[in-house]
Amino acid sequence: MFKTVAAIATPAAVGGVSVIRISGEGAIPAAERVFRASSGRPLSGMKGYTAAYGQIYSGGQLLDDGIVTIFRAPKSYTGEDVAEISCHGGLLVTKKVLRAVLESGASLAEPGEFTRRAFLNGKMTLTQAEAVAELIGAGSEQGLRAARSAMNGALYQRISGITGRLLKVSSHLAAYIDYPEEDVEAVTSESLLMECEGCLDELSALLAAFDRGKVIREGVETVIVGRPNVGKSTLMNLLSGCQKSIVTDIPGTTRDVVEELVNLGDVTLRLADTAGIRQTENPVEQLGVSMALERLETAGVILAVFDLSEPMRKEDEQLIGRLEGLPVIVVLNKNDLPLKFDITYVREKFPHCVKISAAENQGVEALNKEIVSLLSLADLSSASAILQNERQRDCAFRAKELLKEVCDTVQAGYTLDAVDAALESALSALMELSGERVSDAVIDEVFSHFCVGK
Amino acid sequence: MGYYMGEYDVAVVGAGHAGVEAAMAAARLGAKTVLFTLTLDAVANLPCNPSIGGTAKGHLVREIDALGGVMGIAADRCTIQSRMLNKGKGPAVHSLRAQVDRSRYHLCIKEMLEKQEKLDLRQAEVVDVKVEDGQVVGIVTHLGAEYKVKACIISTGTYLGGTIHVGEVSYACGPDGVKAAEGLGGNLRKLGIEIRRFKTGTPCRVHRRSIDFSRLEEQPGDREAVPFSFTAEGSPRNDAVCYIAYTNEDTHQVIHDNIHRSPIYSGRIQAIGPRYCPSIEDKIMRFADRSRHQLFVEPMGLDTDEMYLQGLSSSLPEDVQLAFLKTIEGFENLEIMRSAYAIEYDCCNPLDLRPTLEFKKICGLYGAGQFNGTSGYEEAAAQGLVAGINAARAVQQKEPLVLGRSSSYIGTLIDDLCTKGCSDPYRMMTSRSEFRLILRQDNADQRLTPIGYQMGLISKERYELLREKEALIQKERERAEQTNMAPSPALNELLVSRETVPLSTGCKLADLIRRPQLGYDDLAAFDAGRPDLPKEVREQVEIQIKYEGYIKKQQREIEESRRLEVKRLPAGVDYQQIAGLRLEAREKLQRVQPENIGQASRISGVNPADITTLLIWLEVQEKEKRDD
Repeated sequence: MFKTVAAIATPAAVGGVSVIRISGEGAIPAAERVFRASSGRPLSGMKGYTAAYGQIYSGGQLLDDGIVTIFRAPKSYTGEDVAEISCHGGLLVTKKVLRAVLESGASLAEPGEFTRRAFLNGKMTLTQAEAVAELIGAGSEQGLRAARSAMNGALYQRISGITGRLLKVSSHLAAYIDYPEEDVEAVTSESLLMECEGCLDELSALLAAFDRGKVIREGVETVIVGRPNVGKSTLMNLLSGCQKSIVTDIPGTTRDVVEELVNLGDVTLRLADTAGIRQTENPVEQLGVSMALERLETAGVILAVFDLSEPMRKEDEQLIGRLEGLPVIVVLNKNDLPLKFDITYVREKFPHCVKISAAENQGVEALNKEIVSLLSLADLSSASAILQNERQRDCAFRAKELLKEVCDTVQAGYTLDAVDAALESALSALMELSGERVSDAVIDEVFSHFCVGK
Repeated sequence: MGYYMGEYDVAVVGAGHAGVEAAMAAARLGAKTVLFTLTLDAVANLPCNPSIGGTAKGHLVREIDALGGVMGIAADRCTIQSRMLNKGKGPAVHSLRAQVDRSRYHLCIKEMLEKQEKLDLRQAEVVDVKVEDGQVVGIVTHLGAEYKVKACIISTGTYLGGTIHVGEVSYACGPDGVKAAEGLGGNLRKLGIEIRRFKTGTPCRVHRRSIDFSRLEEQPGDREAVPFSFTAEGSPRNDAVCYIAYTNEDTHQVIHDNIHRSPIYSGRIQAIGPRYCPSIEDKIMRFADRSRHQLFVEPMGLDTDEMYLQGLSSSLPEDVQLAFLKTIEGFENLEIMRSAYAIEYDCCNPLDLRPTLEFKKICGLYGAGQFNGTSGYEEAAAQGLVAGINAARAVQQKEPLVLGRSSSYIGTLIDDLCTKGCSDPYRMMTSRSEFRLILRQDNADQRLTPIGYQMGLISKERYELLREKEALIQKERERAEQTNMAPSPALNELLVSRETVPLSTGCKLADLIRRPQLGYDDLAAFDAGRPDLPKEVREQVEIQIKYEGYIKKQQREIEESRRLEVKRLPAGVDYQQIAGLRLEAREKLQRVQPENIGQASRISGVNPADITTLLIWLEVQEKEKRDD
């Protein structure tokens, strides 16, 4: 059957109680590894539709107390064995519990995966199914955007450094095996072991640093856009609570991208104020504009600012055209001045709209709410920007385990064919993040670095 | 002016390694087959290196043989030197390579073709394929002869629209002085087939007497020659010697000084060449830091003094070729017999093919070999065999044969072609298979002979022999798992001498075989109950026990992938209309038109969420069908 998967099943960033859902054949054993019932009874002995209270652990360390509810196949949401761990809300604890579950044999669920399993296991009607397909389609775009955004992060940069290093080892091995008669330096078990252990150390250091929260560029990439002088920098300063951007009445003042970390309850935004988007002859400003447009491609949240006190301009319309289909919150600024802007037009296009007055400090609460609601797509949580770092960590963790197997294979004295296959598995775990195929990458590397071929 | 010349089930255009396997397979499966060649004197020609096999290619030859093809049998008969490459690197990458006598190979295959029932061998140039209502109905030759056929396999190699380049000179021609095939390419285009230009090249042939062998390194064959064919009795001939020489800085200087005269560097050749088969000028320009490049001097056969210079493929002018060759130690007085050249040729885009190698748009039209964008004799033969089997089966209205990636290198090769396409000539490599610990050359018979038997290319007798062999392997494995080995001074002495831990208590024989430092044969003296078994059985027992953990892991991956392979996608789906698929996925799926969900998942740009959407769409279709 399908592999066992887990994800946060309650909308991320909402307080109260969080639920981590595990589904698949190994669901209950995985829950067992992180949970000790106060009754002392094992989860594996529990019937469906029963619950147990107890403590949640990660590697011997107490994380939280909580309740595990057991569902037995086929009587569950997905139709498979399901364990649901309810813990105290709060993104940090919830993420830690999820991580403990992922280290206990589950993989992170794909966007919409529980629903997909429910469908494939016959738990859903035909009409529901079509809606599911739409939902997954939307989630997949969102997931891709989030993944692309996360690739700019420091964690991914470090992972991709290790991927590159392993790829070199793997391609050297491939060249040595596929071109036995050419001048390819022999691969020895000593050199292999040294390189693999080096990568293993790097991965371990990375995971340790991750757990201390040092390597992550925390936060959802958030971009503020709008034509010049609608109040973007004022909004930025309002949200971040300090004077970061230069605020003047001269259009085109902000010429590059200014970044700031902003906490909104459980959600951290990595906020970027961009140059106003308009046609310009000024080369410095042009650069700023093109950087702003690039940011739209990866942003998890886009705050599109419009000036309510002026009629809609051509530049506003162009921006609206660009933003369709993106995760946008329309911020209608200058609510304190007389209304001249066509609100109905933007409301039709974008579900998330909020009126504020940045200068008067009005409407910030409502804006917070809209941001949280935009980020909280239930059941698509693993696609959301907030969890991208967890996905990267999951891959790095699996790669580390697989790399240990590579080292064991070398140390036990197995032949290179077995080492090579083990190495490919480790590399695949890391390359899941970029979606590349290992064999293609290895072959490209062989031909760009080795002079081989008759 | 046209005249009727006969009626066949299957016509094969081109008698290279793809065409030969295709025609032999189709005829042996009972289809009335005609094989066309530009000249009978170049049937199964080896226009490049006089060798068969090598890394991954040796695997292909074994697989062709296991399915009932002819390449392995012919290669064994014509082998003059045999080497098993990669011996120290593990059984999965052991690769057999044989130097063969080029003329004898041609004659050997030609004789097989002539003796094959239901197969006619004809010298003629096919210039057109007749299609009615999307179905192949006939072919036309350059003389105006018309043949009614039900299926046609295009295996034109580098002859289709072939253009040879030597320095500033270029002319229409195929390899070894045989004319190029002219009319067919244009007519295939008219049928709506995308035709592309690829490029490849070959080095000089030189006279044996002009080489000072005392200054080269000798490279003899292995002490023990191993045949390709599982049916071979006895060892192949193995007395020829190859030699190793090296280029030097002077060689590189000559090439540098004349690089502007290369048709590639001057821009006269636009076609895409193979990355894995770079010309010497490519190697020198791209790897400028290398002070020397290795080359091999290989005999073209027993009855000739022509020698092949592996590693020196070039399209520089003839005078430059001679000048750089003479800088090489031992080549001071070199005489060129045939010049090196580059050749451009027409090929299709394999994304237009099904995994049966039939064109999606034209029923009964198949492609095989270099025409499909690959390179290499073995890659060609593998596709020819599959195309031949499928053409015959289609004519006989039987289910097609599709080999999966997990079954073979042949399946991997065809899946790569039809799913990913290729932007330069495709060469098989071991790293292309994710299941390479299972797809070994030593077990090709266990993997594929049952399929060959089912198809009708393997005799019952040969199939029964395989079953017996498998039973012996199984029985001996079970015995090894149950047999106790007691610690003894002699056994411990062996263990210590192999740098592995001595025994303090007893253990199973299989546990000792699992130790990488020990082999099955090493333990014979301590294993009183051991039956007398043939070498190939002992070898299988050892590999299966020793690599059991790794093999099981790949088997699990294979099972995982099979779940997706069995979910078939209907033909002619309009992926643009499927809600929830991303735009990129729609376009890619529309282009490839995958056979099943597994193939869809391997298309780059189709992600797991798209696959979920497809699965749901598929389920909905099936439900609707059931409800009707």
